Amino acid sequence: MDAVTEAFRLIIALDADLFEILWLSIRVSVIALAISAVISLPLGTWLAITEFPGRKFCILLLNALMGMPPVVVGLMVYLLLSRSGPLGWLGLLYTPTAMIIAQVVLITPIIAALSNQVIENLHQEYSDTFYSMGVTGRRAVVAYLVDARYALTTCILAGFGRAIAEVGAVIIVGGNIDHLTRVMTTAIALETSKGNLSLALSLGTVLLALSLLVNSLVIGVREYAAKRQYA
Amino acid sequence: MNTLRSANMPNPLLPIRISNLRLIKGDRAVLAGVNLMIDEPGITVFMGPNGAGKTLLLRCLHGLINPDQGQITLGDLTVADSRDQQAMVFQHPVLLRRTALQNLAFAAPGIARSEPQRLIEALESVHLADRADQPARMLSGGEQQRLALARALLSKPALLLLDEATASLDPASVQVIEALVKAQSTQGTKVILVSHDQGQARRLADDVVFISAGQAAERSPANQFFIAPQTPAAKAYLAGELLL
Repeated sequence: MDAVTEAFRLIIALDADLFEILWLSIRVSVIALAISAVISLPLGTWLAITEFPGRKFCILLLNALMGMPPVVVGLMVYLLLSRSGPLGWLGLLYTPTAMIIAQVVLITPIIAALSNQVIENLHQEYSDTFYSMGVTGRRAVVAYLVDARYALTTCILAGFGRAIAEVGAVIIVGGNIDHLTRVMTTAIALETSKGNLSLALSLGTVLLALSLLVNSLVIGVREYAAKRQYA
Repeated sequence: MNTLRSANMPNPLLPIRISNLRLIKGDRAVLAGVNLMIDEPGITVFMGPNGAGKTLLLRCLHGLINPDQGQITLGDLTVADSRDQQAMVFQHPVLLRRTALQNLAFAAPGIARSEPQRLIEALESVHLADRADQPARMLSGGEQQRLALARALLSKPALLLLDEATASLDPASVQVIEALVKAQSTQGTKVILVSHDQGQARRLADDVVFISAGQAAERSPANQFFIAPQTPAAKAYLAGELLL
């Protein structure tokens, strides 16, 4: 009970360590999300509306990659960025950039696969009309992205939820270094193992609050879209 | 796309020649060698029982379906080459998840830039000017179909195809759509519409093509078709008998 009280005291007192960790977590996940969205939305759209040999296999692969264990992603990025790896010369291992890369690898298949499904449904609905209006290529892609904006927002928020709550990959490539690469999830793991339950609990509470916020946003966006028949 | 047309100009997509058009689905010929020539302007109505192939023929004309055999020419053009002079209104209108006005602007970006007033006029023509800023998909079924027609007409098509565009709509919407289709035909657009509604066919048709079992069984001027159909299938259809 003391730990819970202490946890709330840390939150209310805007504890510097706590908010440093929180700020880094959000910064890393938001940057990863932005990069991933730029890659995954056009990729998901392109896969949804373009016919080519092997398309189904690509979608299958994307769906399979959605369930990729974070530690495996962490290991892959670690091997890539380690001193003896192909990108070792960049010196990115154990930096926030490495954590961003890991999160991008982790959430890109999720957002791409979810957006692919959204756009595929829209494409089935719009294809005859677009054909009739002569809408093709880039114009069609932009139209799909614009018209699916609310559904795609929920895909992106799902990606953010995954990124912010992830621990396995970022601990491998970030190293959980204090004041440098310590994020909420890795700090919770460390503080719990050290027996510092108050900080772990306060971080857990903030993480839970963030998760609630993201899910509320998802529901809000869905309801807004449904009300205006934009879903 | 924005071909200005007048009633005196010959329609560049006439005559429409359909030769031995076949479309196979599974092991069944759903279009079983359609031969048809439509050379007159005005409104042609495709009539026939369900599953006869009316919609498939219309979709072939628009290029939405590639037939397995046969040929279609519109004037001197192929279907693909005539696509930008055609417009089609489907039975279930598909509108973008935007406002009514934005739907028109998307269909005609050139007009939206240079003559935005034309978009408002298009909405006025289907009595939807007061709904310009409403999400299109929140309009009633009839209003959505009127918007779809306004969108199709923005390009001033030489050929307008309507696939049961007024099925299950309210009478007010049917009236607006029929008046607009008639006016468009008077201005020189060739109109082909698929309809099950004999009353509508009588009101609109200049000529009727009766489609039966995947073939154009009969083509007659409308007044002649309704008084003295030439084929037993057409007689039975007009008598309201069930055609299997």
